[in-house]
Amino acid sequence: MDFRSNFWSTFKKKYSIYMILTILFVVCSFANENFLSVNNLTNISRQLAVTTILAFGETMLIISGMLDLSAGSVLALSGVFSVYVYKNGASLLVAVLVGILTGIICNLINVLMISTFKAPPFIATLSMMTMARGLALLFTKGQNILQLGDYVILGQGSIGVIPIPVIFLAAIAVLTWYILNHTRFGRSLYAVGGNEEAAIASGINVHKVKYLAFVINGIFVGLAGVLFMSRVNAGLPNGAINYEFTALTAAIIGGTSFSGGIGTAGGTLAGAFIVGFLDNIMNLTNVDSYVQQIIRGAIIAFAVIYDIRSKNKRTKSMLGRIEDKQPEKKTA
Amino acid sequence: METNIKLRVSQIEKSFPGVKALDKIDFAVKKGTVHVLCGENGAGKSTLMKIINGIYQPDSGQIFIDEKPVKINNPMQAKNLGISMIFQELNYVPEMTVEENVFLGNLPVNKFGKVNWKEVRERTKALLEAENLPYSPTTLLKDLTVSDIQMLEIIKAVSNKSEIIIMDEPTSAITLKEVEKLFQKIRELKARGVSIIYISHKLDEIFQIADEITVFRDGTVVDSRPKDQLDIETVISLMVGRKLTNTYPKEEAPIGENLLEVENLNSTGVFYDVNFHVKKGEIVGFAGLVGAGRTEVMRALFGLDPITSGNVKIKGKKVNIKKVKDSIENGMVMLSEDRRRYGIIPMRSVKENTTISDLKKVFYRFRNHSNVERKIVSEMFKTLKVKTPTLETVIASLSGGNQQKVLLAKWMLRNPDILILDEPTRGIDVGAKYEIYKLMNGFVQEGKAVIMVSSELPELIGMCDRIYVMSKGTITGELKREEFSQELIMKYATGTLTSNEVK
Ligand SMILES: Nc1ncnc2c1ncn2[C@@H]1O[C@H](COP(=O)(O)OP(=O)(O)OP(=O)(O)O)[C@@H](O)[C@H]1O
Ligand SMILES: [Mg+2]
Repeated sequence: MDFRSNFWSTFKKKYSIYMILTILFVVCSFANENFLSVNNLTNISRQLAVTTILAFGETMLIISGMLDLSAGSVLALSGVFSVYVYKNGASLLVAVLVGILTGIICNLINVLMISTFKAPPFIATLSMMTMARGLALLFTKGQNILQLGDYVILGQGSIGVIPIPVIFLAAIAVLTWYILNHTRFGRSLYAVGGNEEAAIASGINVHKVKYLAFVINGIFVGLAGVLFMSRVNAGLPNGAINYEFTALTAAIIGGTSFSGGIGTAGGTLAGAFIVGFLDNIMNLTNVDSYVQQIIRGAIIAFAVIYDIRSKNKRTKSMLGRIEDKQPEKKTA
Repeated sequence: METNIKLRVSQIEKSFPGVKALDKIDFAVKKGTVHVLCGENGAGKSTLMKIINGIYQPDSGQIFIDEKPVKINNPMQAKNLGISMIFQELNYVPEMTVEENVFLGNLPVNKFGKVNWKEVRERTKALLEAENLPYSPTTLLKDLTVSDIQMLEIIKAVSNKSEIIIMDEPTSAITLKEVEKLFQKIRELKARGVSIIYISHKLDEIFQIADEITVFRDGTVVDSRPKDQLDIETVISLMVGRKLTNTYPKEEAPIGENLLEVENLNSTGVFYDVNFHVKKGEIVGFAGLVGAGRTEVMRALFGLDPITSGNVKIKGKKVNIKKVKDSIENGMVMLSEDRRRYGIIPMRSVKENTTISDLKKVFYRFRNHSNVERKIVSEMFKTLKVKTPTLETVIASLSGGNQQKVLLAKWMLRNPDILILDEPTRGIDVGAKYEIYKLMNGFVQEGKAVIMVSSELPELIGMCDRIYVMSKGTITGELKREEFSQELIMKYATGTLTSNEVK
């Protein structure tokens, strides 16, 4: 009896996100007959690919106690650069590499501010968000770059029924899972986010961990930039606004904790699809787009409150004094 | 007279995933008495206290206050019932000021909700002055020592008008003088009719202050009696279920050549001219009052804090220690005194907390070898007798003593040559202490060395081959085993004697 309730509570904690996803999927299938069509499902995944790739980068950063608010802007900058060199005769491979390199450089600046100059990640990446967007607009003089030719294959092409962006997404999902579970770096991410001072005292090179986390994030963001521009067949300096929030939402819904030290690749993937399915079903059932926004916001609030509540429960049993601290916040 | 009973719990049960922490506990505290709880790490003492304080809900059972059944859903309700608690695990926000900490949870506000900071400042100041504490209301907690913070917690609890005060290992981090002060406070409180529940692993202390003693073992009460009917030996055997023949199982190990030599180590404003050496086979103690700079020297040596000048040689080779990794790779590791801050990664598993010191052991050939990881961790846990439901259990849910053992396991995994232990037995039960001493013995038998910083003189005297004494940032004395005496150490520690005078 005791054993069963324990088993059930661990099971629930570990797999609830996947159960929610499954239930949502079933509900959506019944709510609208178009939902289950191959066409619709490949479309959803194609659209989701970009933000979900960002979400994996955010997941690693949040686990290690940081975050990236500049993802959407850096994505646009990377995409615009990539498209530009392609239009000027570079090969597709070179164009992709330029996108990724741009992502890496911007994120190196992020982590320089954060790890070397000790700026709070929120502020550092907020400034990068503004700078990168400004640079993208300056570089294109605010004009969209149109007619990308064969560049579109990355975003619009398919192999069999599987859209190419989805293949990238799958690869990055697996890569993130692998990094988090099978590398020393991944284990260190959890340690740094869980208790930075203890990580240092255990001999972990926290600087290196933070730098590497941002470089990987840069690669993901750059690649997302290429896929995004390619899918819309244009270099949009004003594209992907607020994508970082969609990515953060996916990570949070997927159980990544903003207090650091907790999160999984599978959770984030599920979180992204929960958001994607909800958006899609609201579109299919003609929910007013303003209402959609409200609902999306409410979901974030829900996820964050859920995170804080479960965190409180944890710390409460760990420390037994979090309750004492609650009232102070209320008066403040 | 039954009406004498202030607090009573009856048939309390509580389970956590994988453990039955409390099994049908009956327990009563009389008005105006000090009731001591003792028992091994993980026996369930803190769990019962957290139930009384409303942090946990019991699975079954009843709490009575003044023989009236009550239900305590949260610490706020506990407070209203006149219960307050000093927690075992210090958990503080480093950036918070002393005054913010003192008024945490009950800041005085006017009717618009604006905090009256002037009042906060004044009342904190009065409190600090009354207790003779040498820091200001605006000092940040991160600038205080563990002992200062512990004392602050005590004062806070005492200044509330409580009828029942629970103290979970209040003296684990304070100095002897502060212990005296605390005991004085406790006697005053007793005289006012306050009931005190006191948890401690320090048995001599227990006998000084207790009126009644209750011994826990594996979630049950094994005995509960007035102090006069018990003695230390009986309590120990009740706790561990067997007799411990001697408290300090010192074994002589062959002493070899120098393993560590420290020459003229300086850190401006922190410590100066620190010279010492440690030989193979030695257990070297560092005594001194809190604030003498012992922890600071060890931290610098370990690469956590910078040094201004000085030489460090390990095995005769000069080493340049800039960061923790440098010292680990030279075979020197350190167990910190502040477990919460520099030790555990609270939300991760005991397994991860152990292997974090040596990831290469479990991550190689492009993957995590989880069965290897589980195997080495469970072997280490077996040697150190770590009590945990599973290897995946989150470290924060272990009892304090078991967390300490996990951290020790983490460093033993590196198979170090020099083990620096800063207050290693803080919060650890007698049985586990004994095991740690044994471990230190076995360790030096292999031609390695231990440096033990401790504020407990009996422990240093019992286990060390040599003791260095520090005072005000430098080493003031060195004693060989045959010279050990509490008086001499205290003289060096208070700076009333220096090495030169002796010679
Ligand atoms: N929040 C929790 N989740 C899971 N298990 C817990 C939790 N809190 C305590 N336990 C378990 O309950 C048992 C009793 O723990 P408790 O902290 O009460 O011990 P203790 O007697 O205070 O020990 P110590 O002297 O080391 O402080 C231990 O086995 C511990 O691992
Ligand atoms: Mg305890």
